[in-house]
Amino acid sequence: MSRWGQKDLLGLEYLTGEQIEHILLTADSFKEVSTRGVKKVPALRGKTVVNLFYEPSTRTRISFEIAAKRLSADVINIETETSSIRKGETLIDTGLNIQALKADIIVVRHNASGAAAMLARRVDISVINAGDGWHEHPTQALLDIFTIRQRLGRIQGLNISIVGDIAHSRVARSNIWGLTKLGARVTVCAPKMLIPPGIEKMGVRITDKIDNAIQEADAINVLRMQFERDKTTAFPKQLEYFKNFAVTEERLKRAKKDIIVMHPGPINRGIEISSEVADGCRSVILEQVTNGIAVRMAVLFLAWQGRRGL
Amino acid sequence: MSIIIKQGLVVDPSQGLRAIKDVLIENGKIVRIADCIIPGTSQAINAKGLVVMPGLVDMHAHLREPGREDKETIETATMAALAGGITSVLAMPNTTPCIDSAQAAGLLQKRIQKSAKANVFVAGALTKNRKGHALTDIEGLCNKSVLAFTDDGSSVDDEKLLSSAFDICRKTGVLIVCHCEDTALSAGGTVNRGFISTSMGLRGISKESEYKRVERDINIAESAQARIHIAHVSCAESVDVIRQAKAKGVKVTAETCPHYLMLCEDDVRGFDTNKKMNPPLRSCDDRNSLKRAVIDGVIDIVSTDHAPHTENEKDIEFERAAFGVIGLETMLPVTLTALYGNDSTDLTKIAQICSTGPARILGLKKGTLSAGSDADVVIFDPEREWMVEKRGIVSKSKNSAFLGMRLKGKVIFTILNGAVAYQA
Repeated sequence: MSRWGQKDLLGLEYLTGEQIEHILLTADSFKEVSTRGVKKVPALRGKTVVNLFYEPSTRTRISFEIAAKRLSADVINIETETSSIRKGETLIDTGLNIQALKADIIVVRHNASGAAAMLARRVDISVINAGDGWHEHPTQALLDIFTIRQRLGRIQGLNISIVGDIAHSRVARSNIWGLTKLGARVTVCAPKMLIPPGIEKMGVRITDKIDNAIQEADAINVLRMQFERDKTTAFPKQLEYFKNFAVTEERLKRAKKDIIVMHPGPINRGIEISSEVADGCRSVILEQVTNGIAVRMAVLFLAWQGRRGL
Repeated sequence: MSIIIKQGLVVDPSQGLRAIKDVLIENGKIVRIADCIIPGTSQAINAKGLVVMPGLVDMHAHLREPGREDKETIETATMAALAGGITSVLAMPNTTPCIDSAQAAGLLQKRIQKSAKANVFVAGALTKNRKGHALTDIEGLCNKSVLAFTDDGSSVDDEKLLSSAFDICRKTGVLIVCHCEDTALSAGGTVNRGFISTSMGLRGISKESEYKRVERDINIAESAQARIHIAHVSCAESVDVIRQAKAKGVKVTAETCPHYLMLCEDDVRGFDTNKKMNPPLRSCDDRNSLKRAVIDGVIDIVSTDHAPHTENEKDIEFERAAFGVIGLETMLPVTLTALYGNDSTDLTKIAQICSTGPARILGLKKGTLSAGSDADVVIFDPEREWMVEKRGIVSKSKNSAFLGMRLKGKVIFTILNGAVAYQA
């Protein structure tokens, strides 16, 4: 098994299938830590992880914070609303200052695509992309893949459907890169206006019929509809979307018996997914949240190792 | 003061010349081209193994002065031009203040006289403050030596207004340069719309936003029986529209920029803001179409669209970074690297698209080495390779799309008005 060997995690597009496997295997070994009485290992003791979040986030930031603490790292959370960033400091200057303060890893969430890549080019310390614009959200995809494999035993040859606002979703992009590299067949399903151009070149099948997306799927990943992004009349209305695209019990009757239903959160109940499904026996949504800690522990640990050239 | 350029390969499409010759320059003019001229007291430049061409003419450069001297000045831009073998530049009017009045044009002319190191010609704004609402005094500006009119950076949305402008320009014989962009289709975009915009998670700029506006603008010019020049063509569909218009006899000329001949959207993948420009780098197929269009003459010339920006405006998140790249120093090398030797493009074609062609379009007595013409000359080595490095850039801003790339073709001497103005 090849080592991951990267200083940064910027996206799954830039990793090989072997590197993704390596992260998942490392996450496997960290998963058990969270079940211990003392939920800590000393892997990053004495290291400092800075969570630099330019966008509101609860789940991802807390997950990274817990992951870092379980590795015994010291964690600093920078709230952009109360920091020098409000005074106009650039991302690069902020990053260089964090580096000068001798932090070891920056976890960055930003609303601009490519922000993490830009930061990584300018600092020597590790940069973990915790979501950049519409571009990538690699740790979310890794935890999604980790969860699918935990539940279904493999990725190779599975049919995975991603349903929802594909155009504006960094989760969709990271999932597509990761899943296809590991041999899954990926279908994206959305109203036509939410299918971005050229996405078929990422190796996916496209449909605008939810039943087609469900029919053969082993797992279905439901994305949040980002109604706030588009006020145009062409954008589907909430009720219209629920009627045509929501994952409901009724629709799942035509699915494979052991299909699993995923969602990266936050959930819009009654819009992209019914409450029955979100809370039902096929749902692995909370397992995803739990697995996020192991995956992020693995990523933080491997990034630190990668920086040291290990 | 006289100079003899000895034994260079003299390439001048204006007189169908491509031969090893000596060129005699006296008192700022080309005097004679012959097989052998005895130097006498003249300064001799040994051009053996080098190419001697008419100084290049760039009809699309943003000099930023007045208003944004932190990015570039007339002085620094023209020094950069000379380093690139460019002896004449057409300055775009999107300065602060905008060149939309006789007063602004007059002030700019004074600044040019004071600090320009190369020939600078002025393009005036087509509409007041380039807002697209009211035409400028085109005839009045023509009296201030304004050579062309454009709202470059913006397209004129109002068809009636543009039609009126073409009517006036037909009567005065002056050229309109059109930046073709339907912003209803391109709004918010930063890269070419397609797989790359999707995989990078960026809003795309469709090719329709360009070629539909090219089509519209040409139709308006055709109705007015006026001349039109299409700026910075980036995609195959625009080429098709221009080809059809030319076949119909419309008085249309067109330019593309060296970066569209050399790079494509794949080069943007690393979120390098120095490859962010408008129109954006398109697909490899578009790049190949543009090359063919330059070779077969549908695209008449190349222009730099030199757009300097400070590091503060470029060294930030891709979506927020300014559009545009510098190009004065790399126009010739990039054009050579992209075209010369690869597509059976000869040096006569290079001279045509970089010098003789733009001079003809602008009606300038430049772009020629014929006896009696201004002695604006570039002498370069078409084979010498060099690396584009930030520290070597003369332009005040360093936002080159070619940083770290090896280019073929190095300017050795630039002669302006009969004197060596740049030497490598």
